[in-house]
Amino acid sequence: MSHVMIRTEGLGKRYRIGMAAVRPRSFREAVTRFATAPFRNLAHLRQAARPTSDAAADVMWALRDLSFEVRYGEVLGVIGRNGAGKSTLLKLLSRITEPTTGYAEIRGRVGSLLEVGTGFHPELTGRDNVYLNGSILGMDRVHITRRFDEIVAFAEVERFIDTPVKHYSSGMYLRLAFAVAAHLEPEILLVDEVLAVGDAAFQRKCLRRMGDVAEEGRTVLFVSHNLTAVQGLCARAIRLQDGRLIEEGPPATVVSHYLQEAAETLSHQLWPDPATAPGNDRVRLRRVSVRPLDGGPTDPITTRTPVVLEFEYWNRRPGAYLSLAFHLYNEEGVLVFDSAPVTEQGWQGRPLPSGLFRDVCHIPADLLNDALHRVELLVIERSSEVIYRQRDALIFEVRDTPELRGAWFGRWHGAVRPILEWSTELVHPSLTPAPPAP
Amino acid sequence: MGSADSPAPAVALSPAPSPAVPGSFVRVAPAGRWPGLHAAELWRYRGLLFFLTWRELKVRYAQTILGAAWAVLQPVLTTVVFTVIFGRFARLPSDGVPYAAFSLTALVPWTYFVTAVTGASNSLVANRSLVTKVYFPRLVIPAAPVLAALLDLGVSFVALLVLIFSYGIVPNQAAALLLPLSVLMTVITAAGVGCWLAALNIQYRDVKYVVPFLLQLWLFASPVVYPLSLIPPPYRLAYAVNPIVGVIAGFRSALLGAGGPTTAEFAVSFGSACLILVGGAAYFRRTERVFADVA
Repeated sequence: MSHVMIRTEGLGKRYRIGMAAVRPRSFREAVTRFATAPFRNLAHLRQAARPTSDAAADVMWALRDLSFEVRYGEVLGVIGRNGAGKSTLLKLLSRITEPTTGYAEIRGRVGSLLEVGTGFHPELTGRDNVYLNGSILGMDRVHITRRFDEIVAFAEVERFIDTPVKHYSSGMYLRLAFAVAAHLEPEILLVDEVLAVGDAAFQRKCLRRMGDVAEEGRTVLFVSHNLTAVQGLCARAIRLQDGRLIEEGPPATVVSHYLQEAAETLSHQLWPDPATAPGNDRVRLRRVSVRPLDGGPTDPITTRTPVVLEFEYWNRRPGAYLSLAFHLYNEEGVLVFDSAPVTEQGWQGRPLPSGLFRDVCHIPADLLNDALHRVELLVIERSSEVIYRQRDALIFEVRDTPELRGAWFGRWHGAVRPILEWSTELVHPSLTPAPPAP
Repeated sequence: MGSADSPAPAVALSPAPSPAVPGSFVRVAPAGRWPGLHAAELWRYRGLLFFLTWRELKVRYAQTILGAAWAVLQPVLTTVVFTVIFGRFARLPSDGVPYAAFSLTALVPWTYFVTAVTGASNSLVANRSLVTKVYFPRLVIPAAPVLAALLDLGVSFVALLVLIFSYGIVPNQAAALLLPLSVLMTVITAAGVGCWLAALNIQYRDVKYVVPFLLQLWLFASPVVYPLSLIPPPYRLAYAVNPIVGVIAGFRSALLGAGGPTTAEFAVSFGSACLILVGGAAYFRRTERVFADVA
């Protein structure tokens, strides 16, 4: 039986959240509120500093009654949606903030990769920053000096090590910062979503480094949205929801349950009454929906699923030349594409009678990347004038699938994820210059 | 809150209970109301204090033309202004010493105090990214600017000596011991006030606007532009509760041989400085737990 490296017992963290301010109803009230604001602010700030009673409406438990153990050499994955308490857990374990209830016992030096680049100062050289950052992370000078060359080589910034980091590219900056953190040699490593930094090659390097750390018998707590990486690297996973631990077990099982949890999406909207539906005197929307080709609006969509979008609308003015279009944005706000029914033969380019219309659009499989997508719906007259615009008409999540990934666990970059034809052939089985082609 | 009232300290460091597991053992739990100083832990992080101080120094005058000359120029330019306004126009007394030497002797420690207090009070807010992302004893954050400002003090002290010798004034050797004690007292006061203000500033950002005003008031509440002898003797002991009174009187007594404090006055100032530091550090440690949450 190996040693327990981390043990938490009833761990909880309570925060106060800001209460929405009530808008003044009159000028007089606004003036009064302005005059009394300092007293209210003081009370509010004091409360923020000292949470008192549990009953107050603005109290939120970021983490509640969490008990678990991590043993020596184990890699534990922590998954959960945003706000489930993952970051709070890491903050408690790395002692940045203290728990409200319960305790955690930690055996061994903790290093965390949540602080990549903290304490880096733009005016200082790469060399200075390595020492400074290392000492912030708890390394002593002798240790940093011993690992210095290795850190610089890992970051691939040898030529610029005596240049102030403000002249670094953002990639170099991140590489150097990660390199320092990765050479901490802690007994317990806390990793939070650092895999989002750097280019693909560097990400691979980071993941390999994490794998090495685990093989050296260190204990790793890996918090990530990257479910594929969790499944590939972890031996066990826990799932948090609303601050509570709701599942613990083999990563594959925990991940699949997590995927069934509903995302904050908007896959279907219906406005039955044309009098109140969104729109104007020319057009009103009736229904919008998104679903996988062979499923309903609540079924999951993955990168390998064909997707169907449906839009129903009332044309209110007979003889109008209307057409729909939509913009598809991903969660980074990137416009993935813009689509309009240019190949539709039935009604496009003809005057529409008044009545209810339905447009259906198919997005093929292997086009969208895994992300949360938003659909902005446009109603266009005579192919030129936007007469109505519905932002966030639909919000849907395209999920990652472990298929066709090969050995790559990192995030797949780009707005789209097509499967393209590739071929590899052996041109000549020798390292000498190829003979002239016949 | 049951467990919050338990006497267990925030972090108890003890040797690993099992030799098979290397490294430290840490228990993370809610702290009591008045956590101790944890001097042993502070000592382990002295390397970090060194590096943070060194960062302050390297960064302070980066991309300036005059560099560390600013450390001299700040008190010297103020001296010129004060000499014209308070020495010439207002004709304030200066214990029979040329007004320029009289005011620069006070402005050298005062400028150090202002730099140190301003730096320390902004330190937590300026280092938010450290506070919210890494654990270490937070006290090293306000301590770094207080220590870093000592370099400025050293540089401007040399300029002060040059001015004093150019006036032909001979430092008072009998009071020489007052000088290091006064410097120590300035550092203690600056660290104490810095701790208070840093801890308040990260919770109530109003402090940022209050500090310049507070320092301006403090300047006139201290014998910078006027001599200590201007204060009627019955009130001097009470006046010396302001530690800067002792500091400036100490500097003038040692360097100019004029306007020296009595032992009682100096002792009151020193005691007051120590109280400010103890109170500041205790308040800092007490509120430390919320820094990461309110930063």
